[in-house]
Amino acid sequence: MQDGNYAFELEQITYAYHQQIALKDVSLTIRQGERIAILGANGSGKSTLLKILDALYFPQSGVVRAFGEIVNEQAMQDEARALAFRRRVGLVFQDPDVQLFSPTVWDEVTFAPLHLGLARNEVIARAEWAMELLSITHLRDRAPYRLSGGEKKKVALASILSLQPDVWLLDEPTASLDPRSQSRLLDFMDELRRQGKTIITATHDLDIVEEIADRVVMFCEEHVVVADGAPRELLADYARLVECNLVHEHRHKHGEIEHAHHHWHRAEHTHS
Amino acid sequence: MKARGFLFKTIHDFTDTLEQALFAEDVARRAGVLQSLDPRAKLLGALVLLIAISLSHNALAILTLALLTFPLALASRVPLGFYLKRVWIPASFFTGLIALPALSSPLTPGAPLVTLIDSTAPRLYLAITAPGVLTALLLWLRAGTSISIAVLLVLTTRWMTLLQALRILRVPQAFVLILGMTYRYLFVLLHTANHLFLARQSRLVGRVAPAEERRWLAATAGTLFAKSYALSEEVYLAMQARGFRGEARVLQTLTWRARDGLWLAGWIGIAALVVWS
Repeated sequence: MQDGNYAFELEQITYAYHQQIALKDVSLTIRQGERIAILGANGSGKSTLLKILDALYFPQSGVVRAFGEIVNEQAMQDEARALAFRRRVGLVFQDPDVQLFSPTVWDEVTFAPLHLGLARNEVIARAEWAMELLSITHLRDRAPYRLSGGEKKKVALASILSLQPDVWLLDEPTASLDPRSQSRLLDFMDELRRQGKTIITATHDLDIVEEIADRVVMFCEEHVVVADGAPRELLADYARLVECNLVHEHRHKHGEIEHAHHHWHRAEHTHS
Repeated sequence: MKARGFLFKTIHDFTDTLEQALFAEDVARRAGVLQSLDPRAKLLGALVLLIAISLSHNALAILTLALLTFPLALASRVPLGFYLKRVWIPASFFTGLIALPALSSPLTPGAPLVTLIDSTAPRLYLAITAPGVLTALLLWLRAGTSISIAVLLVLTTRWMTLLQALRILRVPQAFVLILGMTYRYLFVLLHTANHLFLARQSRLVGRVAPAEERRWLAATAGTLFAKSYALSEEVYLAMQARGFRGEARVLQTLTWRARDGLWLAGWIGIAALVVWS
C-alpha cells in the first residue's frame, strides 16, 4: 500500500507502556495536505499516537510508514534519514513547559533549524520570520518559563514554525488557553491550512473540531479506533460520543427550571 | 502573610537563584571580562587551575588564588553578594563537615592545640591538633577555590557554548549528552519540587512542625523523582523531535583571538606558581 501521496500509513500498530496498552491494532492512512482531528478522552492513546507519528516512540507490533518509507528505530538511527524526517514533521507538545527548554525565546526558536543542519543565515531568517508571524519579537531575550501561558504556546508554535515542516502534529493545542489566545491559535491553524500543510490535531475539545479538521479519527477508552469520518457526521452520533467519554449527561438549573442534556464544554443548547 | 516552612523557603530560593543565574543565563549574557573570552580558553584555564589546586600543598598560594577570583568575578559582573552567599558559604558548610574529622588527633596526630577529652579510666584522648587544623584548612581552601572557579566558568559561559567547547576539546559525545541532560533534569526536578510544595501549601492551615515537614518530604521524595523523571523524559523527546542527536549546536561561531591565548597563558603561569611555590 506504499504511496508517496500518503504522509503516514499505519498498519495494525500496538503500543504498550509496561504491559499497559495505549494503542491496540490501529490502522490508519493520512494523505498529505489532510486536516485530521484525533478525538478521544484523556488516556485513550492520542498523545502516544502523535509520538509514534513523530518517530519518538516505536510500536511493539505493526508497521509505520512516513512519506512512503518505513519508520522504525533502525531507520531513525540513520542520520540522513532521521534529519530528512525531522525537517518534514513538527510536533507541538501539549505542555509548553516540556517543549521550551532553552534559556531564551530566541534560542528556542532557532533550536530546530540549527540542529537540523540549516545554514546560519537561513536559521536566523527563519527564526525572525516565525517570531514576527506570531508577534513575539519583543520576547526574544526573555526566558521561556517566565512567560504567560498564551505566550508560551506562541513560542512553542514559533519553535516549530521556524522548522517549516510539511506535517504539523498538535497535541491538545487549546488546552489551558484563554479565549483570545485560543481564537488566535485557530487563526494560525487556518493559515497552515491555506498553505496546504498536513495538520493532525489530538484533542478532546469538540467545539474546535469542525474548525480544525475535515476528517475525524475517534478513539475509545479501549485504545482502538472506533470511527473515522467527516466531523459533522461523527459529532452528531451522541451515543458514540457518550460511549467514548467525550460528552456526558449534564444536569443544571436555569432559575427554577432543572433539566439534563448531553453536554460538552461551551456547546450551545436551547431550552424547549 | 503566614511564614512558610524552612524547607519550602530553601527549595524556593534555591530554584529561584538557579533559574536566574544558570537557566536564564542572566550573568552569561552580560558584557564582562570572562564573558568576552573564548569558552575553550576558559575551559582549559579552569582545568589547569583545578589540577594545580589539587596538586598544591601550599595553603597560602591557594588562598591567594581564591582571593584573585573575587576581582575576576567583579570584572565579569557576577554579583558579589551572590558569589559569596551561593559559593563560599555552602562550600564552607559542606567542606567543613567533611574536614571536621581531620582536625582530631586520631586522624591527624600531632601537637595538641585544644584537648577535648583526656581521661585515664577508660583511656580516652581526643584533641584538635595543629597538623589537623592545617589539613582541614587545606581541604576547605581546595574545595572552596575549586568550586568558585567552576561556578565562575559556568556562570559566565552560555550552557550550549560550554557543551560545544567540551566537544571541540574532544570530550566524548556520550559524556556531553549526559551533562546536557543532567542540566535539564536539575531544572525539571527543582520545578517539580516547587510545585509539590506549593500544592501542599495550598491545602494547609497554620504552622507545620519542622519534624512533620521533614516526614512529608521523606514520603514525597519518591513521587518527586518519579514525576521529574517522567517530565525530563518528555523534555528529551521534545529535544529529539526538533533534531537534537546529542550534539550541541550554537549560532555563534567560536573565534580564538590573541587575548584568549594571553589569558590562558596567564592562568597556566598562575597554576605553575600555585604548584611550585
